[in-house]
Amino acid sequence: MTDKVLIKGNYAIAQAAINAGCQCYFGYPITPQTEIGEYLSAKMPELGRGYVSAESEIGAINMVVGAAATGAKVMTSSSSCAVALMQEALSYACSDEVPVVLVNVMRAGPGLGYVYPAQGDYNQSVYGGGNGDYKIIVLAPATVQECIDFTYRAFYLARKYRNPVILLADGLLGQMMEPACFGENPYPEVDVSSWALTGAKGRDGKAIYSCARDEKAHIQKIQDLFKKFELISKNETSFEEFETKDADIVLTAFGSMTRNIKAAVRVLRERGLKVGGFRPITLSPFPHKRIYELASEGKDFAVVEMNMGQMFKDVKYSTEGKSSVSLINRPCGEWLSVEEIVASVEKILESKKEGIYASSI
Amino acid sequence: MQAVFSTPEVMKKDFRFTFCPGCDHGIAVRLVAELIDEMNLKEKTICSTCVGCSVFLYDFLNIDCVEAPHGRACASATGVKRTNPDKFVFTYQGDGDFASIGYAESMHTAIRGEKVSAICINNTTYGMTGGQLGPTTMMGQVTTTSPFGRNKEYYGYPMKIAEQIALCDGTAFSARVALDSVPHINQAKQALRKAFEVQLEGLGFGFVEILSSCPTNWHMTPEQAHDRVKNEMIPVFPLGIFKDLTENK
Amino acid sequence: MGLIKINNSRCKSCYICTETCPKGLIKKSEETNRLGDYLVKFEDKDNSCVACAMCAKRCPDLAIEVFK
Repeated sequence: MTDKVLIKGNYAIAQAAINAGCQCYFGYPITPQTEIGEYLSAKMPELGRGYVSAESEIGAINMVVGAAATGAKVMTSSSSCAVALMQEALSYACSDEVPVVLVNVMRAGPGLGYVYPAQGDYNQSVYGGGNGDYKIIVLAPATVQECIDFTYRAFYLARKYRNPVILLADGLLGQMMEPACFGENPYPEVDVSSWALTGAKGRDGKAIYSCARDEKAHIQKIQDLFKKFELISKNETSFEEFETKDADIVLTAFGSMTRNIKAAVRVLRERGLKVGGFRPITLSPFPHKRIYELASEGKDFAVVEMNMGQMFKDVKYSTEGKSSVSLINRPCGEWLSVEEIVASVEKILESKKEGIYASSI
Repeated sequence: MQAVFSTPEVMKKDFRFTFCPGCDHGIAVRLVAELIDEMNLKEKTICSTCVGCSVFLYDFLNIDCVEAPHGRACASATGVKRTNPDKFVFTYQGDGDFASIGYAESMHTAIRGEKVSAICINNTTYGMTGGQLGPTTMMGQVTTTSPFGRNKEYYGYPMKIAEQIALCDGTAFSARVALDSVPHINQAKQALRKAFEVQLEGLGFGFVEILSSCPTNWHMTPEQAHDRVKNEMIPVFPLGIFKDLTENK
Repeated sequence: MGLIKINNSRCKSCYICTETCPKGLIKKSEETNRLGDYLVKFEDKDNSCVACAMCAKRCPDLAIEVFK
């Protein structure tokens, strides 16, 4: 477990789920995450654990909700347009406070889109496509190592807070091989006995439901859910920051684009430009506060992402107008290269000197 | 004096059914409750409830329940059973929930031979929303969304649920029963017992479709509604056992 | 000899029982529930109830208990 292995992101997630104690996997194939199900269909029976080839993503996620309601550690994985099918159940799971773990290895949308990687599910994950007010915990790994670490964390957070967690990877990460180390699952077991459905033995029956009984109770329930998420925000918001101390502009990215902004920061620094990097690890809860602090110090932001500017809006919101925010993006396909990012940042800095604020390339 | 008929133990104290007067749902719930008592299942039961008239099942039965979104009760039950094979898992759904919006989930749960029991109340309409055309609405039947009666041009045909479930290899038991008379109620209980037993014996999916009255949305008195079940529904939806794996044992 | 007890808080006045009893021992009462519906009453002057429990089996609201 301590040795480094060369492994594909999808397999890493699958093996990490096993290490985290996943009792049953429910899934339906979709590129570019199918290897997760393939891997688990071979491994889970060997371990005496469950694997269900669901009839659809709707079936898969509802199986997960049912199983999780009994306190079982379970997961499903899918990709973009199929995660769209799961939104109803995610809304229920948030309201029911059921610990769902969902891995989304993003592909390009909208609609069927294509199998090349993209980051177009930021909104779908962070804001959700289901009805009503609810919040999901979203973790965005940037490396295969983080695919492992965040899978462990996803199982832990889901049960600790009784809240669905999305591990938001992308096709690039899912399909890429990298050296990584599994280590031991570092998180403690969470006691679920107070709420898990186990049969009414020596007690009255318990029900897990989202149906509202009366207006007052319903209002209270939603407020309680949001209070819980405030606590999650306080305890779990995580981000990574590099070379921001003296930076004039902070490149901001999530997921595997983090790799390219790190390289871009290095190149730009070599050219004598004061550029830093910032990367939210939890997209929800989002590190609004830290971005506000950096903006208050007069640092501008350039959000680099493979979509039409989804996280861009959250960064802009976080700065509260204290500094300017630019967008360097492409909707999907070939990842923005370090050279492209460097050229765009240089252009932004140039136009800023001239008093023009570029908002997009 | 001795009680020969009383409220099943597993019913919640001070429960009051939220069904309309004369609705057969109450009888179906009572039969389930009696079987949970008789088969000593309360402590190992987890029910996957549905959306529709029976949404408040957890207010009546003192058992563990998880609410599934509309149509997804069989998927939810699959998740419960696969991670808790020693538990008794059942769903209680309406025909719209089981056979329309949840058709894929229901059929595939039967096809996979999940060791769960499913109960589907067929009252030929969407009761909770006020009597619209559903998957089992009969030819000619007037509903709020078939104001001129169901015809094949606009709406197609009503669905035979129990027969379709019986066709699935994973099904261990599939039957259609009715609640319009005491003999039929007794038969319904026997069928439900079988559907529960096949799960406990690990034989596969147990299913019972229950023909039920909906006096409110049929605009009938309860007894008129029962006459309709007898005279109009049963000829179209014949009662009987369509598959029973225990027969060959 | 049989006896039935009717739980008025569960009864919804559907009157299935009144049509089910083979001996006609359950009748519409003058008493109403909180919705103004007439409840039902059990009258067995000749002790003819045999506790067949058909009324209870057909009651959709579990409002009837039967004793023997």
